[in-house]
Amino acid sequence: MSNLIPAITVKNLAFYYGTFKALQGVSLDIYQKQVTALIGPSGCGKSTFIKSLNRIGELEADVRIEGKVEFFGQNIYSSRVNTNRLRRQMGMVFQKPNLFPMSIYDNVAYGIRIARHCPKSELDGIVEDAIKGAALWDEVKDKLYKSALGLSGGQQQRLCIARSLAVRPKVLLMDEPCSALDPIATMKIEELIDSLRGELTIAIVTHNMQQAQRVADFTAFFSTDESRAGQMVEFGTTDQIFNNSLDQRTRDYVSGRFG
Amino acid sequence: MSARKRPEIDLSVAREVCSPLSVERFTFQYGMTAIAFFLTFLALLPLFSLVWEILGQGLSNLKPEMFVKQVIDFGFANAIVGTLKMVTIGSLFSIPVGVMTGIFLSEFGGNSKIASIVRFITTILAGVPSIVVGVFAYGVFIATTKQFSAVAGGFALGVIMLPVIALTTEEVLKLVPNSLRLASAALGGNRFQTTFRVVLAAGLPGITTATLLAIARASGETAPLIFTALFSDFWSESLLRPTASLPVLIYRFYQQDDPQIFQLVWTASIVLVGLVFLLNLLSRVITSRKLK
Repeated sequence: MSNLIPAITVKNLAFYYGTFKALQGVSLDIYQKQVTALIGPSGCGKSTFIKSLNRIGELEADVRIEGKVEFFGQNIYSSRVNTNRLRRQMGMVFQKPNLFPMSIYDNVAYGIRIARHCPKSELDGIVEDAIKGAALWDEVKDKLYKSALGLSGGQQQRLCIARSLAVRPKVLLMDEPCSALDPIATMKIEELIDSLRGELTIAIVTHNMQQAQRVADFTAFFSTDESRAGQMVEFGTTDQIFNNSLDQRTRDYVSGRFG
Repeated sequence: MSARKRPEIDLSVAREVCSPLSVERFTFQYGMTAIAFFLTFLALLPLFSLVWEILGQGLSNLKPEMFVKQVIDFGFANAIVGTLKMVTIGSLFSIPVGVMTGIFLSEFGGNSKIASIVRFITTILAGVPSIVVGVFAYGVFIATTKQFSAVAGGFALGVIMLPVIALTTEEVLKLVPNSLRLASAALGGNRFQTTFRVVLAAGLPGITTATLLAIARASGETAPLIFTALFSDFWSESLLRPTASLPVLIYRFYQQDDPQIFQLVWTASIVLVGLVFLLNLLSRVITSRKLK
């Protein structure tokens, strides 16, 4: 445990949608090459938090932040940061699969194509590696040039992960990636997360506490207080949060007495 | 054990779900359905009677050689080609400008002040009577060059198509799910890449439909062509000469005293309605292909 280096360090983050305060006083380290789960009741700001890490929340709404989010030591809300380059380093998987209406191949190649000119032979290799990395290769290798929208929901979500992996991000952010999937597809995503452990830093928002226990090395518990602003209540190893938590609210939530 | 009492099933629920509707609800339901059918029929009546009338009056005069002969020889060929020429000129100018305006309104302008001004002006432009557009094109081209031409007519048609294309493009692009924009942004795509590689690709079938409908509308316009493209009984030798078009042809035939020529009004109408119908059909085919 001594060799943990943070990939993302959040310091006293407050997040506003217009005048509504969605998050306050969040301080948290997301460690490199570890899986960190973010759990908590609906409306506690987990999704807001994960969307603040790659600055994608600001595309959806008028937002304002206070505090700092450091990505490998660089404050990402500094005016020097190029958000496009930042987001390339932080892949994101959304609640619902959001593949482009293109072929499977084009979906995975998209991230490479928008960044640089890449010869076809090299691109083929990257696409294949990414799809294999998402454990989907055997299922789609014969229909790479067919529409990606013909895949099942679970396959689509794994293709979304492949699409993110293709640009080789440092961090993968997942916002409830299994909420629209059946248990078997969920299990495959969890196996995938497990296989990426040790290579990639992963932060995953989940409503499923068994899932957090199965996949996460660390867990952060978020909750809301009376003022309706979400805060982080407790952060620790997954084992500590679920079996030996320090805060009463965490104990109530993980034991199912709340939320 | 066989004497064990089976739990009673409440039979009133079964009776309830099988009982017919009350007389009032029954009458209301079928009465409304009948009214809906009747009004639908009433709405379709003008279309059917129009097609019936022009086919009945004009079909007997329609001959295959009319599609190759010029107007002076009792053909429509130069008018058809003239219409296509001017619609093409109008499209060349209005499709790029209109689509770009739609992209600006949907993707870049947002709710900014300039976007709402552009949207407002475009909506007004869409409501300008076509005869006024004709006067405008007359002022721009004819009053300056002293020459009626296909270019002036095409320009007038383009001005009519422009707001239709711009506003429908905006609507089509707004229907593209925002999750696709986020997916592109999350992969490091900037706004330009997101718009042109993802949003536009997803909206392309809709934009194509909108464009074809605008073309179909423009190809039936008469007023803006009367004093811009004028008319010609012959094949026009240049885009800078007066050019025939189908709507103006119909208008000209209508003014003729010779009953034989007057009768050709119906025949020319068949050709024009057929052209518009084909364009609509084409847009249908393209839209339905998208849904597969």
